[in-house]
Amino acid sequence: MKPTHHLSDEWLIDYAAGAAPEPVSVLVATHLALCPDCRASYRRLEAIGGALLEVASPVAVGAAARESVLARLDDPVPIPAAMPTPPANFPSQLPRPLRDYVPNGLAALSWQRLGRGAAIAWLRCASTTPYKMLMLRIAAGGSVPRHTHRGNELVLVLQGAYVDHLGRFGPGDVAIADDSIDHRPIADKGEDCFCLAVVDAPIRFTGVFSRLLNPLLRR
Amino acid sequence: MPSDMQHVNQRHAERRLAGEGAPRLPAGLAAAALAGPAKAPVETGVWAESTIDPDRFAALLKAVAAKRDRAAFATLFDHFAPRVKAYLIRLRTEPAVAEELMQEVMLTVWRRADGYDPTRAGVATWIFTIARNRRIDTARRDRRPELDPSDPALTPEPSPLADAVVLAGEWEQRIASAIGELPPEQAQMLRLAYFEDRSHSDIAALLHLPMGTVKSRLRLAIGRLRSKFENVP
Ligand SMILES: [Zn+2]
Repeated sequence: MKPTHHLSDEWLIDYAAGAAPEPVSVLVATHLALCPDCRASYRRLEAIGGALLEVASPVAVGAAARESVLARLDDPVPIPAAMPTPPANFPSQLPRPLRDYVPNGLAALSWQRLGRGAAIAWLRCASTTPYKMLMLRIAAGGSVPRHTHRGNELVLVLQGAYVDHLGRFGPGDVAIADDSIDHRPIADKGEDCFCLAVVDAPIRFTGVFSRLLNPLLRR
Repeated sequence: MPSDMQHVNQRHAERRLAGEGAPRLPAGLAAAALAGPAKAPVETGVWAESTIDPDRFAALLKAVAAKRDRAAFATLFDHFAPRVKAYLIRLRTEPAVAEELMQEVMLTVWRRADGYDPTRAGVATWIFTIARNRRIDTARRDRRPELDPSDPALTPEPSPLADAVVLAGEWEQRIASAIGELPPEQAQMLRLAYFEDRSHSDIAALLHLPMGTVKSRLRLAIGRLRSKFENVP
């Protein structure tokens, strides 16, 4: 099943150009794994990098450097690190770019409740950018408290589906929100909904009771 | 770590400086816009004429993969090594480090030649991705998770994109010749993204532009280039 909500060009460009911060890279690469359409666009965006490389005015390379490379062609090739085996528990289908960040499976993350129907778990990464990465779990039929954003928020559905005023988001779909959006996602009744989210500023909860949750998200 | 902090601060300082110094370019100087502000710690760039011959490069790389052809590799080296070095220097890599990294990139080209798939990317694009990833490994704390084409979790392509895929090398050539025709403010967006490590939000902050303006310029640039590889006869 192909996603219907896609990443917009600027996010794909950030990743193709190599300018995306790590959390954004994780989300974009995971969406690409799930979305053949964006993979096709992405290949063209990488081709822009190739074209720019081609038209960049060359900088002279010393004869010594050239000799050194040619002399090392027969050196033994370093063995690439083995791919870690995917975690045994759900989700078995976690795309490769995400696996390193959830090495022991989703259940092993330290989940923090977010109202009655949802929970979040922060994912660690080395990045020093303002972007943070988290997993969001919305229980079947449950919802995330109503909230607005003070920056960018990208949400990628990995399993299950949710509905908000923008539509229905299923596996592989990406929702891109900014500070203009005040929304309250509700998960389908059939199964829990798991999402990868990337935020560049704290989310702010706007419901009367859920304002109490704000300190939880300030990190 | 203090040294990292220093590095980060320095980067921010450079960004601010670059923002203040961002030149207003007369129309029609797309190539000059791509060459970057005069302050850039690099050669005053005149962008070279594109010399891509996709079939020739692909054939050379194939000879490297199939026959370990050193002469073919040397030809690729002479063409691409100076460009990879230019790319790395543009991205504020110290010249000595750039020369070192360039060597590693070119050795990777030799070693991974059999992994090159001409239906997915042109040779310049493939080498660009190697250089991009190598630089990120070295220069940034950020990791860059890669898309793994052999990932069992990958949603398969619905059908082979026959028309689009076969012409991967062709795209490069068409894009390279179209880049010089972009309006300067659009070309500048691409230069900042691909050759200066700026995300679209960085670009907005750097140039004091609303995010919407940056997005629309990027999309216009991509739209123009896209028309070059979609109207393939
Ligand atoms: Zn997509």
